[in-house]
Amino acid sequence: MPKSSSGLAYRALAVFIKDIRLELRTRYALNAVLMFAVTTLAAVSFSVGQSGLSAQLLAALFWIILFFSAMSGLAQAFIREEEAATATTLRLMADPDSVYIGKLMFNFTLLCVLAAIITPIFFIFTDAPTDNLPVFVLVLVMGVIGLVAATTLVAAIIAKAFVKGALFAVLSFPILMPLLLVLILATEKVMGGGTLGDIATEVQFTVAYGVVMIAGSILLFKFVWGE
Amino acid sequence: MFRLKVADLAKRFGSRKVFSGLTFELSTGDSLAVVGPNGSGKSTLLMTLLSLYRPTKGQVEYFEEDHTLDEFQVRSHTSFVSPYLNLYDQLSAEENLKFFSAVGGGAVTGKQINRLLKKVGLDGRGSDLVVEYSSGMKQRLKYAVALLKNPAFLFLDEPNSNLDKEGKQLVADIVKKYRSQCITIIATNNEKESHLAQKQFRLGL
Repeated sequence: MPKSSSGLAYRALAVFIKDIRLELRTRYALNAVLMFAVTTLAAVSFSVGQSGLSAQLLAALFWIILFFSAMSGLAQAFIREEEAATATTLRLMADPDSVYIGKLMFNFTLLCVLAAIITPIFFIFTDAPTDNLPVFVLVLVMGVIGLVAATTLVAAIIAKAFVKGALFAVLSFPILMPLLLVLILATEKVMGGGTLGDIATEVQFTVAYGVVMIAGSILLFKFVWGE
Repeated sequence: MFRLKVADLAKRFGSRKVFSGLTFELSTGDSLAVVGPNGSGKSTLLMTLLSLYRPTKGQVEYFEEDHTLDEFQVRSHTSFVSPYLNLYDQLSAEENLKFFSAVGGGAVTGKQINRLLKKVGLDGRGSDLVVEYSSGMKQRLKYAVALLKNPAFLFLDEPNSNLDKEGKQLVADIVKKYRSQCITIIATNNEKESHLAQKQFRLGL
């Protein structure tokens, strides 16, 4: 198992491609995430419709839908390994860094797919303003990175527990709370006509959050995964 | 030359003692059969030696010449076949082999895969999903994964489980081939399997 950095990228990519291949064959995580997203979106759109909600409410609703949809699927990458009893094989054959980075890439892809489906439907159903779409997409991508960075390590922790689903949301929520508040604030500003300059502080926070979470997770993952 | 040094090793699960006071040393070319009845801790010992379980007490150290190997170096030099190590059911045998080679930093070619599959009696079935395999075929595929590298440490837990006569002969051939080049540990409660190793160690007395 070579430990060079170029080797690390290669090995992490192998984990990522394997997870994508398994996901395309089983739809294990994608189905869970999409069903939750479609259900919540339908409920929200039927109840509030195009009733002209404030930017503050729309932003909160959007991130609530994305957060809970993500909670239903992001842990699957690790849960699948534990339930299929392949986790021990992976522990033995792969180094923890490549497993973590591969799973992080997989969760990022999964959440990007989810966001790409949810966002246009949300905008159509709620008639949310779309004047500042590029800035909104930037906030969305930063939010996805933050969500994935924080939850991938938690997913590895809860994969061995008996009450996985409930525990995932319970453990993730306190870690994600500051990020969600900042994302809701940034989205509210963007929907209210704010420019990139208006959300500079929120962007800085989100970048810092993502960097700290990923760096911390890489340091801690080997202890969580090896236990 | 590789060495494995085990000193005063003990493992408990809660209040239940699995084994204690295990001390032995093996070098390249040594082979050891760990024998004992069901529940005596044979598999647990192998998992503990590979740091998949944390020992309650004692030390396991691996050396290459005079320097100590860390956990990941040990694993990169180890091939392990065990009922506890599952392969990916929704991948084909070829995809499993490619994946396990890649995560180990290697890049196995199609030719090498075909050669490995032929060696374990799975030629012509490489593109089938593992979920379609019988338990014996899955066991053979585990040997193909184990042979992806040239191991310094070969650990086999119940090596013949689910295998037919030819499969058992295949295992015997593999052990005979690698026994002189690596440290081989076989955990078994089968008398015939234990004779594949030169030394015996009994657990659960």
